[in-house]
Amino acid sequence: MLILTCPNCGIAADETELHADGQAHITRHGAGASDDDLETYLFMRNNPKGVHFERWRHVYGCGKWFHAARCTMTLEVFGTYPAQTLEPPKELVAKIKKKRPDWEGFVK
Amino acid sequence: MSNAVTALNGAKYSGLIDIADAGLMGMITLRGDLASAAMAKVVKSITGAKMPKPRGVETAGKGSVAWMSPDELLIMVDYPAADAAEAKITDALSGQHHLAVNVSDARAVFDLTGDHLRDVLAKGSPTNLNPDALPIGEVRRTRLGQLAVAFWFTDESAAKLVCFRSVGDHVFKWLANAAQNGSSPNFHSDMR
Amino acid sequence: MSTRIQTGGRHLDRSKQVHFNWAGKQLTGYGGDTLASALLANGELLVGRSFKYHRARGLIASGAEEPNALVGLGTGAKFEPNQRATTTELFDGLVAKPQNAWPSLAFDVGAINKMMSRFFPAGFYYKTFIHPRFAWKHVFEPIIRKAAGLGAAPTEKDVDRYEYFYAHVDVLIIGGGIAGLASALAAGQAGASVLLVEQTAHFGGRAVVDGVDVDDEEAEIWVEQTLAALREMPNVTIRNRTMGAGVYDHGYATVYERITDHAPNMDTPRHRLWRVRAGRIITATGAIERPLSFAGNDIPGVMLAGAVRDYLVNYGTSLGDRVVIATNNDDAYRSAIALVEAGLDVPAIIDARTTADGELPTLAREIGIRVETGKAISSVKGNKHVTGVGICSQAGEGGELEEIKCDGVAMSGGWSPVVHLWSHCGGKLNWDADQCMFRPDPNRPPLGHDGAGFVHVTGTANGYLDAAGVMEDAIKIGKLAAKETGHKPKATKVPSVFSAPENPIEPIWQMPQGMSRKLQMKTFLDYQNDVKVSDVRLAAQEGYQSVEHTKRYTTLGMATDQGKLSNINGLAILADSLNAEIPAVGTTTFRPPYQPISMGAIAGDARGELFKPIRQSPMHHWIDNNGGFWEPVADWRRPYCFQQNGESVGDAVTREILNTRQNVGLLDASTLGKIIVKGPDAGKFLDMMYTNMMSTLKVGRCRYGLMCTENGFLSDDGVVARIDEETFLCHTTSGGSDRIHAWMEEWLQTEWWDMRVYTANATEQYAQIAIVGPNARKVLEKIGGMDVSADALPFMAFKDGELGGIKARPYRISFSGELSYEIAVPASQGQAFWDMCMEAGAEFGIQPYGTECLHVMRAEKGFIMIGDETDGTVIPQDLGLSWAVSKKKDDFLGKRAQQRSHMVDPKRWRLVGLKSVEPNDVIPDGAYAVDGTVRDNGVKHMIGRITSSYFSPTLNHAIAMGLVEDGPERMGDIIDFPTTDGRVIKAEICDPVFLDPEGTRQNV
Repeated sequence: MLILTCPNCGIAADETELHADGQAHITRHGAGASDDDLETYLFMRNNPKGVHFERWRHVYGCGKWFHAARCTMTLEVFGTYPAQTLEPPKELVAKIKKKRPDWEGFVK
Repeated sequence: MSNAVTALNGAKYSGLIDIADAGLMGMITLRGDLASAAMAKVVKSITGAKMPKPRGVETAGKGSVAWMSPDELLIMVDYPAADAAEAKITDALSGQHHLAVNVSDARAVFDLTGDHLRDVLAKGSPTNLNPDALPIGEVRRTRLGQLAVAFWFTDESAAKLVCFRSVGDHVFKWLANAAQNGSSPNFHSDMR
Repeated sequence: MSTRIQTGGRHLDRSKQVHFNWAGKQLTGYGGDTLASALLANGELLVGRSFKYHRARGLIASGAEEPNALVGLGTGAKFEPNQRATTTELFDGLVAKPQNAWPSLAFDVGAINKMMSRFFPAGFYYKTFIHPRFAWKHVFEPIIRKAAGLGAAPTEKDVDRYEYFYAHVDVLIIGGGIAGLASALAAGQAGASVLLVEQTAHFGGRAVVDGVDVDDEEAEIWVEQTLAALREMPNVTIRNRTMGAGVYDHGYATVYERITDHAPNMDTPRHRLWRVRAGRIITATGAIERPLSFAGNDIPGVMLAGAVRDYLVNYGTSLGDRVVIATNNDDAYRSAIALVEAGLDVPAIIDARTTADGELPTLAREIGIRVETGKAISSVKGNKHVTGVGICSQAGEGGELEEIKCDGVAMSGGWSPVVHLWSHCGGKLNWDADQCMFRPDPNRPPLGHDGAGFVHVTGTANGYLDAAGVMEDAIKIGKLAAKETGHKPKATKVPSVFSAPENPIEPIWQMPQGMSRKLQMKTFLDYQNDVKVSDVRLAAQEGYQSVEHTKRYTTLGMATDQGKLSNINGLAILADSLNAEIPAVGTTTFRPPYQPISMGAIAGDARGELFKPIRQSPMHHWIDNNGGFWEPVADWRRPYCFQQNGESVGDAVTREILNTRQNVGLLDASTLGKIIVKGPDAGKFLDMMYTNMMSTLKVGRCRYGLMCTENGFLSDDGVVARIDEETFLCHTTSGGSDRIHAWMEEWLQTEWWDMRVYTANATEQYAQIAIVGPNARKVLEKIGGMDVSADALPFMAFKDGELGGIKARPYRISFSGELSYEIAVPASQGQAFWDMCMEAGAEFGIQPYGTECLHVMRAEKGFIMIGDETDGTVIPQDLGLSWAVSKKKDDFLGKRAQQRSHMVDPKRWRLVGLKSVEPNDVIPDGAYAVDGTVRDNGVKHMIGRITSSYFSPTLNHAIAMGLVEDGPERMGDIIDFPTTDGRVIKAEICDPVFLDPEGTRQNV
């Protein structure tokens, strides 16, 4: 039962108050996209054992979406940040790198 | 508007806490730039209250205003004043992107009083109800049982709780069940 | 024979007699007894029959680890199976009965299995019932089902209440022995908020039984003083009868409080499931004693040595007059000494170790107890109770040297720390070869959200078997947890603790060392599941190496006690059979709950009328009082129809349809979603959300729109109204309001955060009432307040105004094909407006109608319904809705996906109407159309399916909608729909608009 701090309202929210929605920072490929891009957009997802960037919504709280950087193995939460970004904040990436020196870094 | 009725229709229960239909309340959802001076001004002119801090509730003579999210307020006034307040906001903020919606009829509002308030609410809400985590005057949007609610303490033994109108009946029954005499976990009430 | 002795019994209130019923017999115990101690005091040694062989079984333990004494407790609506006698506090009027025995405990027919035990080896079920295949279903399964299962399910609805309680604390401490108490005091004094829970009614744990001294006084005094000090602290909460059930991610724990089990007449919830979020969790859960593996170790009268001591000290109850002790450690000598001090006879202590010269063995010898070292029990004599033991050399194969008469055997194979809660969330263990136990590895704890360990184990659970070590460790851990949760521990004095020193244990995994296979077959590891030493050895011989596989193959540790007694002994035997070290074999996974918890506690208050929230429209009570026949629509209840004067549901629907088409009907449409979308970019945003163009919609007008997922599939539909230049109101389906609002917010927040658009879900702000039928306008004109004429309010327009003095917004939209107004009024005045409509409409024949009437009328008009015509695989183009899919827009959600090859395949099934050849033959919903050919796999080739099907009273004909291959090109063809009862219904493919294709009825 995870606890994640919503960066939008500051509440450390119980997992039952949140809605999880998979991988963050997916690029939308809409009209005019190639078949490959469309396939990647709709169906291809990372499934790392380790550092993962995820989308969450504070559905029973402020209703806002946010992103979380989390280790899928230990469930350590490296940080949460607002969803209005194309990639994780640099400080967060640096923090993760420090904790997980073998991590390949953020790959879109 | 003599024919207007709340979803709770005056329901009351007395147990570990007193539960009562708070009656018709004027409520406006206001979304926009909470940092803008125009917004602070119109909120003040309608409620008399200042702009709340994140998660805060401010109350003054004419009404209250609660911080709901980084771009959303809930403005509370007398029920008959809601339409005029909505128009006033729309007028005052006409130059800037915003949304004001009268939601007075979309909610059920409860007055909760008693020494076991935190103990009763903690039977259904996973949020941290310890007084240092949820002080008086801070609104918490959370889950109560299976439903989304918002509540805030106006003093240590009084709180307002707001939920959607359609589930007002369920929330009332839930609260009444949780507030049966003799069932206090005495976790918060013993710490006071 | 076991009995009550005259003295002792710390927990007993001998002034209070308690009457209870066991297996139909009226018995008497004392206040403070457990059911187990009261049974023992009454000489009721035989408490159950084992699961597989129906062997007679007695009490083995005194606490939660008890595998045998599972009873059916209570009667009728308060009956509960599989309750442990050892954890059931006695109360007046308690009724308990044994399980797994028929007709009685003493004479059990099922015990015939025992004679057959030679034929039920490990993996018996897997080996036996696999052939012949048909026999499983028809022969084996029915027999096994009848025999399987422990206890009977209750037959009546549980009358008790249950609830949850969420608590947030700095430190949760599980276990109220001296370790838990000392940790709580240290953490509490540092200022941390502490929740201390103890699963039994009493604090103090083993120290108070084992004669430990704290600060030169009996431990009990320190326990009372510490409890008093903790109760004074406002930051400390203490609960007894409350068990730490499970430890989960990020400091989450479930804690099971049994509020009324000891006093069932209290008018409060019976169980409370605490859901605790703790900064740190300290498990001070003590240790469980291991049985010794010798032949006949399951015969009633063989008990754990610690339990013998518990019953004696806590409950003034003796296992027997002559109790032989079997041990491989010094601790069991405490039981021997306690028995002798209580005036009972201990004929011998059989110690498997070659020497026993520590303080406790020396004391035992001094008080005259015969101590035999290097010896073992070759067999236990007796059948339903112990009559004696045979003694042999531990080093040998079991040749009996001597028989000692006795009526009880107290055994101790050493102690295993209770590491369950540490392990639940991933804490790892180390094997401590000196103490023969798995201990928590502090370097590999369960990790919390911050990557730090969040569980500490202390006391005996942490591997400290001496009380002084326990105390020191507990205070250290209590302070550490407080420090880690942001508090400053105070310097405190560690109390001086004394308990008799103990010499090392010796690992004795079977007794005697070289026991024959015959003895192995009488030596039980898992009492509840009847797993013997021979079974585990057989599994190893057959190639099982993993402890997890062996567990499942032999059922070792799989019963309700989850291997609390059997785990270590079983894996030691497995390791020995595999010639491996114990840590190399490892333990099975510990999973929550630590002990079974009630189903009621898991359900909490979600039962009866609180089982699931039901959304109610503003007219809910009126509908309920006026014949509304409810059906669930998403989380709402909507009336399927309104039954009048005892008419059937079908007749009511027919009446409502005809009345609405001929006169006027009233529908509660409040459940439709209503989402306000506002901003300079609102039009642009809605052009992305909907397949059709919304930005061109004129203010004051309405447009029907479709929403698709990015996969191109239809997700929702509804009418969009443009309120002003920047503001739209989007109607959604009844089930879609929250989902579509969330969908819009998701795109605005996570993809197009540059768009200046705000949304608000205003669904419940309005009661929406549809007035439908040829007389609809007359009703509104009579109510009065605004011009609702065709000129002032044309089809697909809306207007703000007042009707009957109520602020109203009528929309001229129609889902029935009739002249129709959907009128939004403030929800608080919905009932008042509804009443007004009923009154004004009376002279025009107004009648309320329900959802089925709505469904039939929309089907008569060929309107699709999300969830009927769509199922998550249907695109708008399948439904003839290409007209609502913009070809001009650059992009919209789902556009690209709808261009995929499979989506543009002309062979996709497409929507058509279907008219049964026989007018009364309604095709079953979901029926498939076939073309008479058969596929390679022998299945009939399907060419379509029914999505909606009704009898239309308007047309007096069965009608349906369906998706059919090449359907729109096959108008007039007759196709076959085989039904499940073997008939074939023939239907003609036609246009889905069955009624008024020109729209003359609605556009007036």
